[in-house]
Amino acid sequence: MEDNRVIKTKDVNFYYGKFRALTDISMDFEKNRVTALIGPSGCGKSTLLRLLNRMNDLIDGTRVEGEVLFEGKNIYDPEVDPVEIRRRIGMVFQKPNPFPKSIFSNITYGPRLAGLSDRVELEALAEQSLKQAVLWDEVKDILGQSAMMLSGGQQQRLCIARALAMKPDVLLMDEPTSALDPISTAKIEELIQDLKRQYTIIIVTHNMQQAARISDKTGFFYIGKLIEYSATEKIFTRPDVKQTEDYITGRFG
Amino acid sequence: MALQSSMRWRYLKEGFFFGLVRLSAFVITAALGGLLFYIFFNGLGAISWGFLTLPPTDSMTKGGIMPAILGTVYLTLGAIAIALPLGITSAIYLTEYARQGPLVRVIRIGVNCLAGVPSIVFGLFGLGLFVVFLQFGSCILSGALTLGILILPTIIGASEEALKGVPQTFREASLALGVSKWQTIYRIVLPSAMPGILTGSILGIGRAAGETAPIMFTAAAFFTAKLPSSIFDEVMALPFHIYVLATAGTHIEATRPIQFGTVLVLVGLVLVVDLVAIIIRSTIRKRKRW
Amino acid sequence: MTRRLKEIIIKRIFFLFACVSILILGLIVTFLFREGIPIFRIVSVPDFLLGGEWYPTFDPPAFGIWPLIVGSFIVTFFSTLIAVPLGVLSAVYISEVAPRPLKEVLKPLIELLAGIPSVVLGFFGMVVLAPWLQDTFDLPTGLNIVNASLMLALMAIPTISSIAEDALYTVPREFKEASYALGATKSETILKVIIPSALSGISTAVILGMARAIGETMVVLMVAGGAAAIPESLFDSVRPMPASIAAEMGEAPFRSEHYHALFATGIVLFLLTLAFNLIADYVSHKFKEVGSGTL
Repeated sequence: MEDNRVIKTKDVNFYYGKFRALTDISMDFEKNRVTALIGPSGCGKSTLLRLLNRMNDLIDGTRVEGEVLFEGKNIYDPEVDPVEIRRRIGMVFQKPNPFPKSIFSNITYGPRLAGLSDRVELEALAEQSLKQAVLWDEVKDILGQSAMMLSGGQQQRLCIARALAMKPDVLLMDEPTSALDPISTAKIEELIQDLKRQYTIIIVTHNMQQAARISDKTGFFYIGKLIEYSATEKIFTRPDVKQTEDYITGRFG
Repeated sequence: MALQSSMRWRYLKEGFFFGLVRLSAFVITAALGGLLFYIFFNGLGAISWGFLTLPPTDSMTKGGIMPAILGTVYLTLGAIAIALPLGITSAIYLTEYARQGPLVRVIRIGVNCLAGVPSIVFGLFGLGLFVVFLQFGSCILSGALTLGILILPTIIGASEEALKGVPQTFREASLALGVSKWQTIYRIVLPSAMPGILTGSILGIGRAAGETAPIMFTAAAFFTAKLPSSIFDEVMALPFHIYVLATAGTHIEATRPIQFGTVLVLVGLVLVVDLVAIIIRSTIRKRKRW
Repeated sequence: MTRRLKEIIIKRIFFLFACVSILILGLIVTFLFREGIPIFRIVSVPDFLLGGEWYPTFDPPAFGIWPLIVGSFIVTFFSTLIAVPLGVLSAVYISEVAPRPLKEVLKPLIELLAGIPSVVLGFFGMVVLAPWLQDTFDLPTGLNIVNASLMLALMAIPTISSIAEDALYTVPREFKEASYALGATKSETILKVIIPSALSGISTAVILGMARAIGETMVVLMVAGGAAAIPESLFDSVRPMPASIAAEMGEAPFRSEHYHALFATGIVLFLLTLAFNLIADYVSHKFKEVGSGTL
C-alpha cells in the first residue's frame, strides 16, 4: 500500500566532503511501525537518520544525492523549508540534551516558536507530552525547576516529551539509550512500544537485543550500504545475507 | 496554529535579525578599518628615512622621531625582561604545582584583579613606589618596571593556557620513567609550551609599546636633548610624543604631519608585533603534532 | 642535597613567584593609600566624594570629585550603550553567521583591532571626529561626551566582541541540534538557546568592557573636553577621573594637597574597577558551576 510508506529514500548518496558516507540507499519506512537501523560504528546508520529531517544541513561541506520523499514530496527539493520538515519529523539524540532552562520551558520551546502562546493550552500540552513520555508523575511538582537537575534517564524522557509536544508524524531516535543505565533503558523501550500506536518511529541502535525487542523492521548497514532490510524477526532468525548473520551472531562488529 | 502566516512572520524576524547582525559586523569593520586607513594615508607623507633616524629639531616642529622610537623600544624590552620570568614561573606554579584550593583561588583572583587595574593607576603606583619611595626618579627603570607589572597578567594568562595545552600523557610518560617533577617540567613541559608562551609575550610587547598613562609620570620626557646613557635617564616615547604634540605643543597645527607620522609609526609597530604573534599562534595550532 | 629536598625547594620558589601578583596588588593598595590618605586631613571622605567643586589650584582650593565621578560614569554608560549591542552582535556574526573563510579572517582581525593603542584613538577623536562634530552640530567644541563615548566604544568593542565570541563558541552543539530538531529557525535558535546559554560569558565580556572604559585614560584625556562640572547635555565637556589625574599630576607640586587629592582619586578609580572585576569573576564562575541552571 502506497499510503503506508511515510518516508521513502531513493538512491540516496551522502558525502562528507569527498568521503562517501552512504551509497545508493533506497528504503521505505512504514507508518506506525518501529524501524531499527543497526550496524557497526561508522556504517552510516546515524548519517541516514539525520538525513531524514535534514539535520545534516548543519554540518559544513556535506552533500546529498537522490531523493528523500516524505508523504510523497522530496524534502531536499530547493523549495522545501527544512524548518517545516523538522517540525513534522522530530528527533531524540544520543546524549540527553535538554536546554539549560526549566522543565516547562523545555517542553514548550517548540510549540511557542510555532506560534502557540496561550498559557492554558501550553500547560495542557506540557502535561499531555510528559504523560506520554511517562515522566509526568516524577516532575509534575517541579516544572519550574531546571531540567539540568534531572537524572540522565529523566532528561532523556524529557527530550522525548519535548519532541512529542510538537505533535510530529515521525520520531527519529539516534541511539537514545546508549548513555543510560539498564533501568532507564527498559523504561524508554517500553515507552517506544506505546508510542508506535501514534507515531512512526525510526531508531538507530548498536544494541542488537534492543533492536530485536522493540522493532518491527530492521535494516542492517555496513560501510555506507544497506545490506539487508526486512522484518525484524526474519533478520534475527534467518537473514538472507552472510554479513548480516555474522554481525548479529557477533562474529564482527 | 495559523501555520502559514506565523511562518512568514518568523522568516521576517529572521531576516531582520540577520540584517542587524550583518550590519553590526559591517559597522565595526568599517569604523575601525576606516580609522586605520585614514591614519595610514595621512601619516604616509611624513614617513621618510630621516623621520625614522633623526632627532626632532626646531622645538619639535621639524626633524624625526628617532629618540621616541628608541625610548619605546627600551621601555618595552625592559618591561618584557621583567614580566617574562615572573609570568612564566607564576604560570608554572599555577598549572603544574598548585592544588585547587582557597590559596590558588586567591592567587587567581589577584591576577584577574591586576589585569583589570586601570593603566593610570599603574602610573600612580609607579610614581609612588619607584619614582618617590625607591628614589629611582622618572627614568627608564621606573617606566619599565611599571609597564612590566602592567603586562604581567597577560603573560601569566598566555603561559597558563600554553602549559595547559601540553597533553597530560607527556607528563605521565616522563614521570613513569622515574624522572622527577621538576625535570619533567623543564625537559618536557616547558619546551612543548614555549611557542605558546612566546606568542603571549609578543602580545604583551604590543600592549606595553602602546601604553601612555603608566609612563607619563614614571619615565617619559617631553623632549630630551640627547639619547639616554643609562637606565636612570628619562626617555622620549612614541605614545607620549603623540599626546604631547597633539595637545601641548606650541605649534599644534604646524606639527600635524609629524603627529600623523608618529601615530602611523606607533600603530604600525604595535599591529605588526601583534600580527606576528597571531600568525605564529595559528601556525602552531595548525601544525600541532599532538 | 637529596632529590626530594631539591624538589620541595623548587616548588617553594615557584610558589613565591606566583605570590608576586598578590604582592603587587598589595603594594598598589599600600602606595595609593600612602599618597592619597593625607588629603582626608583636609576634606572629609563624603565631602571629597560628593563635593560638587573641583578647584584644586584655587585659593582656597576645593577638592570635590563628584563632577569627575559623574563624568566617568556618563562616558562609560554611553560607550557601553554603543559598544554592547555592536560587540555582541558582531560576535554572533563571527561565531554563527559568517561563512567559514570570512570567520577565519574576522576573528584575528578583531583581536588585532583590540591592540590599537588608546592614544591613537584619542588622537583620531581629537583630530578627525571633534572638528566634524563641531561643524555638523554647530558646537563651541567637539571635545565632549559624544566624542568620548564614541571613541571609548570603539576601544571596547573588540574586547567585548572577542570575549563574547569565545563564550558563544563554547555553547554545546547538542543545544543547537535540539533546537533545530524542534523546528526552530536559525535566528530563533541563536536568540533563545545559544545566547542564553552563553549569557554568563557575554555578561563577563560586557563588565570587562565597562571596566576598560571606566579606567581608560588617554581617550578621555584627549577628547572629553576636560570641564570639571556636571554636564547638562550630551554635547557638554566632562572631566572623567583618569583624565583629571593624568592632566594634573604633572603640575601638582610633590606631596601638595593637590598631589594627595589626585592619588585619592586614584583610590576611588581603583576600587571601582576592582568592583567591576570581582563582579565579572563572580558572574563567570557562578554560572559555570551550576551548569547555568536557571534561565
